[in-house]
Amino acid sequence: MTVYSLTAHELHEKLKSKEISARELARAVLDRIEQLEPKVKAYLTVTAEQAMEKAAEVDRRIARGEELRPLEGIPMALKDNLCTEGIKTTCGSQILHNFVPPYSATVVEKLDREGAILLGKLNMDEFAMGSSNENSSFYPTRNPWDLERAPGGSSGGAAAAVAADEAVFTLGSDTGGSIRQPAAFCGVVGLKPTYGRVSRYGLVAFASSLDQIGPITKDVKDCALVLQAIAGHDDKDSTSADVPVPDYTEVLGKDIKGMRIGIPKEYFAEGLDSGVKEKIEAAIKQLQELGAVCEETSLPHTEYALPAYYLVAPAEASSNLARYDGVRYGFRDTEAQDVISMFRSTRSKGFGPEVKRRIMIGTYALSSGYYDAYYLKALKVRTLIRRDFDRAFAKYDAIVTPTSPNVAFRIGEKIGDPLSMYLSDLYTIPVNMAGLPAISLSCGFSEGMPVGLQIIGKPFDESTVLQIAYQYEQSTLHHQARPALEVR
Amino acid sequence: MSANKYEAVIGLEVHVELKTNSKIFCACSTEFGAAPNTQVCPVCLGLPGTLPVVNKRVVDFAIKAGLALNCKIAEFSKFDRKNYYYPDLPKGYQISQYDLPICEHGYLDIEVDGETKRIGITRIHMEEDAGKLMHEGDAIAEAESSLVDYNRTGVPLLEIVSEPDLRSPEEAVAYLEKLKAILQYTEVSDCKMQEGSLRCDANVSVRPVGAAEFGTKTELKNMNSFKALQKALEYEIERQIDILEDGGEVVQETRSWNENKGITVSLRSKEEAHDYRYFPDPDLVPLVIDREWVERIRETLPELPDERKRRLIEEYGLPEYDATVITSSKDLADYFDRCLQYFGDAKKVSNWIMAELLRLLNARDLEAADCPVSPEQLAELLQLIDKGTISGKIAKQVFEEMFDTGKTAAAIVKEKGLEQISDAGELERIVEQVIANNPDPVADYRNGKKQAIGFLVGQVMKATRGKANPQLVNELLRKKLS
Repeated sequence: MTVYSLTAHELHEKLKSKEISARELARAVLDRIEQLEPKVKAYLTVTAEQAMEKAAEVDRRIARGEELRPLEGIPMALKDNLCTEGIKTTCGSQILHNFVPPYSATVVEKLDREGAILLGKLNMDEFAMGSSNENSSFYPTRNPWDLERAPGGSSGGAAAAVAADEAVFTLGSDTGGSIRQPAAFCGVVGLKPTYGRVSRYGLVAFASSLDQIGPITKDVKDCALVLQAIAGHDDKDSTSADVPVPDYTEVLGKDIKGMRIGIPKEYFAEGLDSGVKEKIEAAIKQLQELGAVCEETSLPHTEYALPAYYLVAPAEASSNLARYDGVRYGFRDTEAQDVISMFRSTRSKGFGPEVKRRIMIGTYALSSGYYDAYYLKALKVRTLIRRDFDRAFAKYDAIVTPTSPNVAFRIGEKIGDPLSMYLSDLYTIPVNMAGLPAISLSCGFSEGMPVGLQIIGKPFDESTVLQIAYQYEQSTLHHQARPALEVR
Repeated sequence: MSANKYEAVIGLEVHVELKTNSKIFCACSTEFGAAPNTQVCPVCLGLPGTLPVVNKRVVDFAIKAGLALNCKIAEFSKFDRKNYYYPDLPKGYQISQYDLPICEHGYLDIEVDGETKRIGITRIHMEEDAGKLMHEGDAIAEAESSLVDYNRTGVPLLEIVSEPDLRSPEEAVAYLEKLKAILQYTEVSDCKMQEGSLRCDANVSVRPVGAAEFGTKTELKNMNSFKALQKALEYEIERQIDILEDGGEVVQETRSWNENKGITVSLRSKEEAHDYRYFPDPDLVPLVIDREWVERIRETLPELPDERKRRLIEEYGLPEYDATVITSSKDLADYFDRCLQYFGDAKKVSNWIMAELLRLLNARDLEAADCPVSPEQLAELLQLIDKGTISGKIAKQVFEEMFDTGKTAAAIVKEKGLEQISDAGELERIVEQVIANNPDPVADYRNGKKQAIGFLVGQVMKATRGKANPQLVNELLRKKLS
């Protein structure tokens, strides 16, 4: 296997044994980026020079005989809504096309301290609104398994980069499925941690009560290692929880015999693609063979999650995105003659259609006279959804579902039909509404495209999710499959 | 005449800047007067990805103000976003508190025409201040461009909303003065109207005397002094009464006080009012305040104006009026107390503070805290009067000089040779001369017009340039003329 295809934990051993240097590794992945980017378009910015400098620093540390931390020297990349000091952070939007933050997100600082090497910033749906990366205002990213198809979204660049070996791991953000759905579409591992597990400081907000940062990796062990590096309370984020962070690698390899897993029937109803359903059922059978007790259960308010989400998330977004007014940073329409028209034309030229749609929905939902009927009602639904999960978790250690009702669709297939696009997040959205941790990992292929298995855990119980995922992954070969990307 | 048929209903919304060292949601300094945009950080600039974290001191101060104003402190309150666009508002929303404020159901007592009246306080909430716009050129309409200073962005504010319990401009001013005093006593705010750390809006309506329903109200803004508040209210009440008298209807709207023209002008109608789309700020967790926290703050409450006033009356026997004036400002009351440590006659100290000190402070536009004459120095001056070294009249002259030069009383008296002449021998000579030079008044006096002695005393004072001991002069004159 070529060096860029290896996982972080495999590469760690090679760096430690000096089989390869950090510079050789970084160079190999940067070369891979150069070769594949014309096809995949996962990156918006590549920071080759800084990456090589940092790699040289790691090599000096290795030469001095210093102990190598798990992610030290590992080339990675970040979704472009994570603020990076001195490096452009666009959120996939024209309105931030020239925005260079003067500070770094907490997770970025943490990874930097761990010695990980930043290769660049990844393409995404504008302000993380979308499920296909087609809403990027720069260019759509393509699915490495089939370049005609979408990689999913909104962390499409982050998932595609890992699938195409253009980064060993990446960080994405997940508001309604934006890590898990693209991870499923691209056949990689994606974890949305519990709300509050990872600091949001420096993540450009879409919907603050739903957003979480999480890893996208080549296997479950890497996922545990990256989560370890980024998890924990942060004084800069009042919503980050002061809950102890366990050793996530400790549970890897522990069997799941007798573990109780709920299978919610609502996730297997109309709308689920039969090819996907087949793979999920096979995966459930596999979990049973590994000793888990899988039972059908019910999450009765599931059908209300999507409509409630499309009130809560746009409402928060309409407020979060109000700051892009052209006054302080980013795009400004300089032709405007007064301040009101400057606000208006800056925003109408700077935002794309999906972002505008959600700002309008959200503004409406919060308007006086409509607040109770929409926003407040949606919050109540949210409570009901959370209670559904609470009740289920009184009985089960985890819940297993498909990640998405379908495999990756073709670019252009759904972009004209927002509602059908929204439906591809049907199974991931309830998890955000309840603030729970969930992972997506590959459980086979349908139509030649990867199918994602979603494992949902109790609040702050990422360990159980990782434990089950690891057992399943190690008992199958799906994670070893790689897209056939011809490199000329 | 028609004014007597109506009564005004007034409620005040007061914003005060809290004097914490750092801003409400970040660690930036709150110092007033720094160079533009030097006290900012990614958080108060609302840069993408930043998050607010509540400054605990701000909550402490809000609780303290709430307790001083007899409020209930909410065990559970939260922050909300108030959404509107303005260039000085970097996030496009202001973090405020909407339906669950930190304090509710308080009151304060005011005195108007010797009567005590209790004014309800509906609520107190915390919020962040916005920045400041500076327009190029003279007027906003002609400005080519504008600049924004974000130093003030995120400075903590309390908004204190009264019940519509005020019935006249005088009551409104008394309320605002009392509120200011209480907030200064508790040291949560400087309350300097000229620096903008105390701002006041008013809701005003009028109704026929005896009516149970309120009339349609207008909201008044842009009153930057107590005087402006008084005048704006007077104008607006009269304006509304005139409308009603003419058979018209008051329009619900926001009006701005124009200080130069002395009128209120319409700013925006009810229809044009913003829909702020308040909703709970998802970046902040609800604020849970346990009873221990409240008690901890209660222990730090100082003596408040009403208590202090009672103490001045009971302990020193000051008249109620004196005690009210002196305790209306914490700095003034502290000045009084310190003065008394060096000079024990409370009434004399009070007289000097009320007459001379306040006169000069007002004339020089200074706050009591900035008084150039220290309490010790004033006490020294009073001792000089007491000992007969200088006369009360000369003392006023000396005090003004102390005020302007910072010199001590003794130094000025010595320098200018202002010591009172109490040497009977020296005065006797002058008295004799005055008697000789003024035969007519002398004759008047001897013929029984006893008040003629006043003129003669005056002549002696003139001859001594005011330095003669007036009591002694009196005695000497009587003796010589009898």
